[in-house]
Amino acid sequence: MSEKVKAAIIGPGNIGTDLLTKAMRSEVIEPVWMVGVVPDSPGLARAKEMGLKTTAEGVDGLVPHMKEDGVQVVFDATSAYVHAENSRKVIEQGAVMIDLTPAAIGPFCVPPVNLAEAVAAHTMNVNMVTCGGQATIPMVAAVSRVQPVEYAEIVATVSSKSAGPGTRKNIDEFTRTTARGIEKVGGAKRGKAIIIINPAEPPLIMRDTVHCLTEGAPDEAAIRESVAAMLAEVQQYVPGYTLKNGPVFDGNRVSIYLEVEGLGDFLPKYAGNLDIMTAAGLRTAEMYAEEILAGTFTPGADAA
Amino acid sequence: MDLSGKKITVHDMSLRDGMHAKRHQISVEEMVTIATAMDEAGIPMIEVTHGDGLGGASVNYGFPAASDEDYLRAVCGAVKRTKVSALLLPGIGTVDHLEMALDCGISTIRVATHCTEADVSEQHLTMASKIDGLDTVGFLMMAHMATPEQLVEQLKLMEGYGANCVYITDSAGYMLPDDVSARIALARQKLDPATEIGFHGHHNLGMGIANSLAAVEAGATRIDGSLAGLGAGAGNTPLEVFIAVCERMGVETGVDLFKAMDVAEDLIVPLMEHMVRVDRDSLTLGFAGVYSSFLLFAKRSADKYGLSARDILVELGRRGTVGGQEDMIEDLALDMARNHA
Repeated sequence: MSEKVKAAIIGPGNIGTDLLTKAMRSEVIEPVWMVGVVPDSPGLARAKEMGLKTTAEGVDGLVPHMKEDGVQVVFDATSAYVHAENSRKVIEQGAVMIDLTPAAIGPFCVPPVNLAEAVAAHTMNVNMVTCGGQATIPMVAAVSRVQPVEYAEIVATVSSKSAGPGTRKNIDEFTRTTARGIEKVGGAKRGKAIIIINPAEPPLIMRDTVHCLTEGAPDEAAIRESVAAMLAEVQQYVPGYTLKNGPVFDGNRVSIYLEVEGLGDFLPKYAGNLDIMTAAGLRTAEMYAEEILAGTFTPGADAA
Repeated sequence: MDLSGKKITVHDMSLRDGMHAKRHQISVEEMVTIATAMDEAGIPMIEVTHGDGLGGASVNYGFPAASDEDYLRAVCGAVKRTKVSALLLPGIGTVDHLEMALDCGISTIRVATHCTEADVSEQHLTMASKIDGLDTVGFLMMAHMATPEQLVEQLKLMEGYGANCVYITDSAGYMLPDDVSARIALARQKLDPATEIGFHGHHNLGMGIANSLAAVEAGATRIDGSLAGLGAGAGNTPLEVFIAVCERMGVETGVDLFKAMDVAEDLIVPLMEHMVRVDRDSLTLGFAGVYSSFLLFAKRSADKYGLSARDILVELGRRGTVGGQEDMIEDLALDMARNHA
């Protein structure tokens, strides 16, 4: 085991803690800082126990230490409201910002679709779209790389227990951002996103349906093959990403029925919607880290 | 039951909930004709949009014959006394749709969530309540899935976000009169006396009228229905029947009964693609507690995959599916077809 790229996580809540648990297993990322704003928060205490340095002073508590501690990747798992400021301060210190909030000031990143592109462009801030976007955009792309998609629509159903107050307070942000991601990254000409919150007990595992309307009759064999290949790609970082049914072909409609079970690291397994965000965020960081370790990318070096 | 002297507002659903039964294919012209006739009959409120509310146009729920904007502009421009409402389900529609509907001239916005998820309506109700003169309504769907106590908690959230009226909605047509009484009565007791309470029924167990009367007795002052019952499942509370019963019981609706009957018979019934009534499958919705708009989707999947719609609906009920999960119908049918093979 050789060198790793050092990382900080801003936001010691459920997402930040789950991300930390996953990052501890990474071969190329070493989490060294956890940043919060509440001194006695359980998330900061957990991170401390796991051997991280912590601060309750927000991003300003981290910035003076970034250079000396060699932090080159920062995850923001806070909220859209504070992200822009966090991002600016972190990038100034020569670190890549991976945005798990809905702020989306940087380009969208869905690892199996366009991560390589973002890394190659040395993008300093990438946004992870939404949970529904991470779960469905790979499949929209799987169809649109076979033939043009006139319209794509996704339905994400999440358990009530996994829908946090942030999502609930600003549910329009989910539908708008996901729809944009379907177009910009998924490659559909028009995108639409629907989210359903289901309170059933025991909580249901995240379900996602992808409907694509293709231009012309769908090339069934090629789409089946492309979907299977994409499924395998996503399963590399989310093993519980499963094709339940489909692709169903009905005229020019192609429907794909998915289930996303999480790893159950810190969040429960049914919360595949949260797991796929943290897994995609880490996957993104790892790809940057590989470039950094290979000496082909020095964050911040391009900026000046 | 003595309801004499009570005064209520009836709200017709034919041009919104009725869209489900028409696969969202009512034309703008048909809407204008019906809305105008309802206006003449003195129906005080009507709802117009895609069956799944603003922004419902989708593969998942069906693409309508015209856009919400075209329907709303045409109907709002055609009616004189009747007020027009639009429905919005957060997660499907957004405040952008709400702004469009306002521009078209709606008087009422109804923001609907599953009965335990009222907090997703905060953004929309808060915005709506700040608009001068806009009647802002919170609408809790599938209310049979929550206890009266849980419902009150959720209704209070909506009240807190600025709703001046809140609804208990029997989307599955599952409730019996006592279920309605318990829920409305507790809400009436716990909410601000200035907050109006409404009831929206479905006729899947044939209880539309009885449930609506129970609601009025317990303190509801707004009652949804649709002329000739045009709505999802076995339809909504048949409004002309309810108005007749109200007249017999001395409940004031302000509607001209015979004119309402004529609209139902002459305009709505001829529009129906199938007789909207309690049949084997719509009865199953009410019996199993399933969202009424699943009906036609279950029938289509049953035909396509050689299954029984009743079996599909019963299983959807067992799984605790909620409004909007139409995508799970084909998914389940595929599973069932595989298991049959």
